[in-house]
Amino acid sequence: MADARRTQLSIRGVTKRFVMGDDEIEALAPVEVSIGSGEFVCLIGASGCGKSTLLRIIAGFEEPTSGSVTSEGKPITGPGSDRGMVFQDYALFPWMTVRQNIGFGPRQRQLPRKEIDEIADEFVRLVGLERFADRYPSQLSGGMKQRVAIARVLANNANTLLMDEPFGALDALTREQLQGELLQIWKRTKVTIIFVTHSVEEAVMMADRVLVMSAGPGRIVNDIKIDLPRPRDVSSPEFNAIRRDVARRLTSHLAPSRALVQAEP
Amino acid sequence: MSEHVTALPEATRDAAPEAPAVIAAARRRRDTLDKIKAIVLGAGFPLLFVVFWHFAVAYTKTKLIPSPHDVGVMMWDFTFGGIYDDAFSATILTHIWMSVTRVYGGFFLAAVIGIPLGLMIGRMKMLRQLLDPTISLLRPIPVTAWLPLSMIFFGLGPKAAVFLVFLGAFYPILLNTIFGVRSVDARLFEAASMLGCTGSAMFREVVFPAALPSIFNGLRVAHGFAWILIVVGEMTGVPTGLGSVIMDGRTLSRTDLVITGMIVIGVMGFITDRIIVMISNRVLSWSPQHHG
Ligand SMILES: Nc1ncnc2c1ncn2[C@@H]1O[C@H](COP(=O)(O)OP(=O)(O)OP(=O)(O)O)[C@@H](O)[C@H]1O
Ligand SMILES: [Mg+2]
Repeated sequence: MADARRTQLSIRGVTKRFVMGDDEIEALAPVEVSIGSGEFVCLIGASGCGKSTLLRIIAGFEEPTSGSVTSEGKPITGPGSDRGMVFQDYALFPWMTVRQNIGFGPRQRQLPRKEIDEIADEFVRLVGLERFADRYPSQLSGGMKQRVAIARVLANNANTLLMDEPFGALDALTREQLQGELLQIWKRTKVTIIFVTHSVEEAVMMADRVLVMSAGPGRIVNDIKIDLPRPRDVSSPEFNAIRRDVARRLTSHLAPSRALVQAEP
Repeated sequence: MSEHVTALPEATRDAAPEAPAVIAAARRRRDTLDKIKAIVLGAGFPLLFVVFWHFAVAYTKTKLIPSPHDVGVMMWDFTFGGIYDDAFSATILTHIWMSVTRVYGGFFLAAVIGIPLGLMIGRMKMLRQLLDPTISLLRPIPVTAWLPLSMIFFGLGPKAAVFLVFLGAFYPILLNTIFGVRSVDARLFEAASMLGCTGSAMFREVVFPAALPSIFNGLRVAHGFAWILIVVGEMTGVPTGLGSVIMDGRTLSRTDLVITGMIVIGVMGFITDRIIVMISNRVLSWSPQHHG
């Protein structure tokens, strides 16, 4: 099924240079990658290698210095409701209840009140927060907040989820639970997901495809297909073989840059 | 961030032990006790002061300061009449009402101009560059320094008083609004724009509510200033209002009237401040930081 996919995102020669006064940071070297519709892609790499930058360019929050990104063939010029970002720190609207947060997108489209409520309720159910629908974000646990954030972009008809270490701030138990829920949601909604993580295990657990990034400047150095059947068993030898492989490739790119840093002074 | 790390997963939270009703009752009892204690302590100090005042006046036999009892009599006459039956008897409501219209005239004018302007200055760099130096230049000028000019602009009378109140209330509202907008997490704007929120909807849906806690802080400070400035404003030749009562008391050497006016202003300021706090607690019930 993987090869019959339409291309959802096409990233062509994207570079990014940040200029701060006299300082210039080459955050992304030309990045070249295509992502199929409905694919679950994990982005992994050392801290500072440009994962967030790439995600923010796809979201339309940042402009690439050169190159272009297209979504379903249309060039991306700014934030759009087709691509929804899920932030590590949730970025929920604290003055809105769970239901209002989830209904935010539909409200911006000026749908009739009744329809907004229906959509909001549907996605409240999807993430299992019926009992908390009228609570404010400050009254929720981290895991619940992240569920709201996911529901909020899905309720807005996003076909691409951009997730920047979404479960990074959660405890192991909640994290595992949310991984399972996200996979369920992904299966049901068939959205495309780009998921940034620092955990090799998480990447191998979730992804169809793991993109390994390397720093200085950021680029994609490995594109690894994960063909394990789902649900995946973390204790199986196949899983562990792939995990070791990904970890090895990740660290093999880390080592030289670390040596470089040490040699600099 | 640490708050999120320690957040319990839902399952653990829901499995609360039995007898939550007992715990809740105990907490309620403690809260009630706490409230009573706060009232006793809070009211005790002024009472103690009145006792001290009484004995100090009795001991020194001064004629310059009236005793608490004299002020009480004056307050009664000011409120209900029937004792002195002069120009001030039973006029309290008129004076309060006149002061209230001026305080809130100036205050609301400042809010109506200061909040939208602050939202725009906070959000638009151009506007900030255009107005920031001017604001910084005008702000350190004490409001009372505007008195002569305001009398030229508006003549002797209530308009000058409203103008002074407006000036005093304007800067805290404006600056707190700007500060509120500037300190909104940029991600909220990003989140809103990716959800299809643009242009003026952004102000209504995100900028304003996100800045609201800070705006309320500004309103509260401004409201305090407004009551302070009304007295200054009404000392400039208006016939009614609490400030003019104090001014008249001074001219007539009726210190009991002066102190009565002071107390009424204090009480009014206190009550209205409580009302603002109540409104803000209600409006900002979503905000964990905000409980004044
Ligand atoms: N707004 C910015 N201004 C200047 N430099 C930036 C900006 N955003 C990112 N950078 C730089 O670009 C590089 C890549 O940053 P980015 O946040 O994309 O890394 P990351 O891979 O997401 O790291 P982490 O895993 O720690 O989140 C870093 O060197 C960072 O300092
Ligand atoms: Mg990052």
